[in-house]
This record gives sequence, C-alpha cells and structure tokens, in this order.
Amino acid sequence: MIDARGRSCPEPVIMIKKAMDSKAAEYEMLVDNRTALENVTRFAKHNGYQVEVTQDGEAYTLRIFK
Amino acid sequence: MKQANEKMTILAAGLVIGVIAAALVIAGNPVNMGFCIACFIRDTAGALGLHRAAAVQYLRPEIPGLVLGAFAAALVSHEFAPRGGSSPITRFVLGFFVMIGCLMFLGCPFRMILRLAGGDGNALLGLAGFVLGILCGVFFLNRGYSLKRTYALPKLEGAWLVLIQAAILILLVMAPAFIFFTEAGGGPGAKHAAAALSLGAGLAVGIMAQKTRLCMVGGIRDAVLFREWKLLCGFVAIFAAALAVNAATGNFHPGFAGQPIAHTDGLWNLLGMLLAGFGCVLLGGCPLRQLVLSGEGNADSAAAVLGLAVGAAFAHNFSLASSGEGPTANGKIGVIIGMIVVLMIAVANTKASEK
Repeated sequence: MIDARGRSCPEPVIMIKKAMDSKAAEYEMLVDNRTALENVTRFAKHNGYQVEVTQDGEAYTLRIFK
Repeated sequence: MKQANEKMTILAAGLVIGVIAAALVIAGNPVNMGFCIACFIRDTAGALGLHRAAAVQYLRPEIPGLVLGAFAAALVSHEFAPRGGSSPITRFVLGFFVMIGCLMFLGCPFRMILRLAGGDGNALLGLAGFVLGILCGVFFLNRGYSLKRTYALPKLEGAWLVLIQAAILILLVMAPAFIFFTEAGGGPGAKHAAAALSLGAGLAVGIMAQKTRLCMVGGIRDAVLFREWKLLCGFVAIFAAALAVNAATGNFHPGFAGQPIAHTDGLWNLLGMLLAGFGCVLLGGCPLRQLVLSGEGNADSAAAVLGLAVGAAFAHNFSLASSGEGPTANGKIGVIIGMIVVLMIAVANTKASEK
C-alpha cells in the first residue's frame, strides 16, 4: 500500500512511478485530493494499468492493476 | 477517451485565457501584461504602501478575482479542503525568492508567455532560464525532494487568503486616502482596465485554472518527468491565442530592443527565470497555481503567496527589481542569494527524505 495522503502533485505520481519500477501486476494507493487522483489515474493508464477507485470520505483508495 | 477530453478542455481553457489576457491590454492593462501574477501582486503590495515605488501601485482586481474564482469553483465541486502544514515557512521563503527572480526578468511565467506572444525576444532567454530552472527542480524531485505532507485544518485557516482578497476588493472600491494609486501617466500602475472588467477576467481565469489545474511550471515539469503533456497544452494554447489576438490588433512587435516593460540583458533575464522556475518546482506550481490552490483552502500555498507579496515589497524597497533600463546591481546580488537559498532548500529537503 502506497500512502500518498497529504502529498501534493507531482509527488504522488513520482511515488507510483518509482513503485512501478518493480513491474508488479498490482498496486494499492491512497490519495486524499482529486488532483492526485486524476494525475495518478492518468499516469497508470498511460502505463498500461487499469484503475479502480473507492472513496472513503476525503480519501480515495486506488487499485492499480494490469 | 476521458484523457482526450482533458486535453481538449485545457486547450480550450488556454485559448480563452490567452484571448482574455490579450484583450485586457486592449482594455487598458500595460502592454504584454494583460495578466502577470508577479507584477499584479507587486502593484498590490505598492498600493498597500508595503513599497513606495510610485510607478507600480494599484490594487489589481485580477488577483482577488483569481482567488475568489478558484474558491467558488472549488466550493461547487466540493474540492474546497482546508489543509496545510507542509513546511509553510520554507514555502514563504521560496515565494519570496521566486518573486525576486520574476522581478529581475520583469514578469512571472504567465507574463513570460504573453511577452513571447507580443514578440519580445528577451522572453526567449527567460524561457531558456525557466526550462533550466525546472530541470534543476526535477533533478531533486527525482531524488526524493519533498516538503512533507499536509494535514486537514480548520475551515477558517483555509479561508484566510480568500478573506484577504475580499478585503483588497473592498479597499479598491472604498479607495481610502491611505491606499496608494499610481497617478495617471505615472507608470504601469496607472495603466489598467476598468476594475469590474479586471475582476471579471480574474474570476473567469480563476474558475478555468481551478478546473483544469493549469500551471505554467507544471507543463514543462510533467513533460520532462512523466512524458505527460496535458498541462503543456494549456501553456501552448495561451501563447497561440495571445499571439493571434496580438497579431490581429497590431500588438505584435518582434525584436529585442524597446520592448514594453522589459530589458535586454540576456544573462539576467535567463538567471531571473532560472531562479523563478527552480523555486516554482520546489513549491509545486507557478505563482498562478499558488493563487488557485490558496482558493481551494491550501494554507501552504497561501504562505507562498504572502512570500511573493513580501518579496515584491523588498524588491522595490531595496532596488532589486529591474526596469526598462536593465537589472540593478542589488537585483543581481538578490538573485544570486536567491539561488543559493533555493539550492539549500532543495538539498536539505532531499537529504531529509532519504532517511
């Protein structure tokens, strides 16, 4: 689980980018602002992943998978 | 599909913003300065008497417009979220020196685009410095630079910059004797569109910038970091639209010498924007983006905006700001100190996050 809550862009995208160096099939990530949600989703899709989002109050959990 | 829409939206917004910026010049704003966040915060600081450069004193309604527009847009989309605590004083200092860099060059990244669209060749050197500065910032981002996380804060804490901007509008309307306004013909501060028009333009740009996350620094940064071109589309669209309007209205004058509110010292144009670009990447966004984030309740960005305002006051009180004649000796020292400080901030917050 990558916890990017409280991080402003571009930091969450850099976090997932670094994590993707491991080429895992699935990642889970927490963000708490919509800009981060949009940017991480866009980055994941550009890199061939799909994204599922569940919202819990102000936090969004992203399931990023191939 | 959705990503294509995003790009079209920011392209459209950029085109509209470019037209608004060029139109503000026709309506009375200084040439190639339909919008300039650095210049307008500087004029506002002057109007409040924080500096006494008589040529640049006016409560520019575009700035409150931007913040209030972003605030309204964020409220409607439930994105107003008071938060802060991510190294606020560091952000204040970064804002301060970003302003010193901008006033060396004579414009923020937004005005840099408008100067390019007006044919000002000196802005090409500014752009070169800006890109170099962004590359410096990206170097540290890739090595783990971070000002640490934010936390949720009480509503009022996130609303202060919005309230301050509302107070500035009230001061503009009441125009009490203690507010300084540049006298007619006395300099750029006297050149302005009608207040209601400026406010409307600010509101419109604030709303669009909040929706699209438009950021002059983010465009080049994301292209280098992630090969992500969305924000750069906005940057290019503003340039294209302003260029088209300038060409159609006779405001396009290519060249280096005699450009409006600009100087021809290439090295210092470059170094000024290098400092601004570097500082802005460390802040997470250009001055425009800091205003928009403040409107969304981000107290850290509000600290950066206050840093910009204090930087502007210092720049004119200590003769750091350039003029059409060129940079000042003090300004060069200011930019060098700024580079050292910004580099220190980058190194300190990169090492710290490696632990």
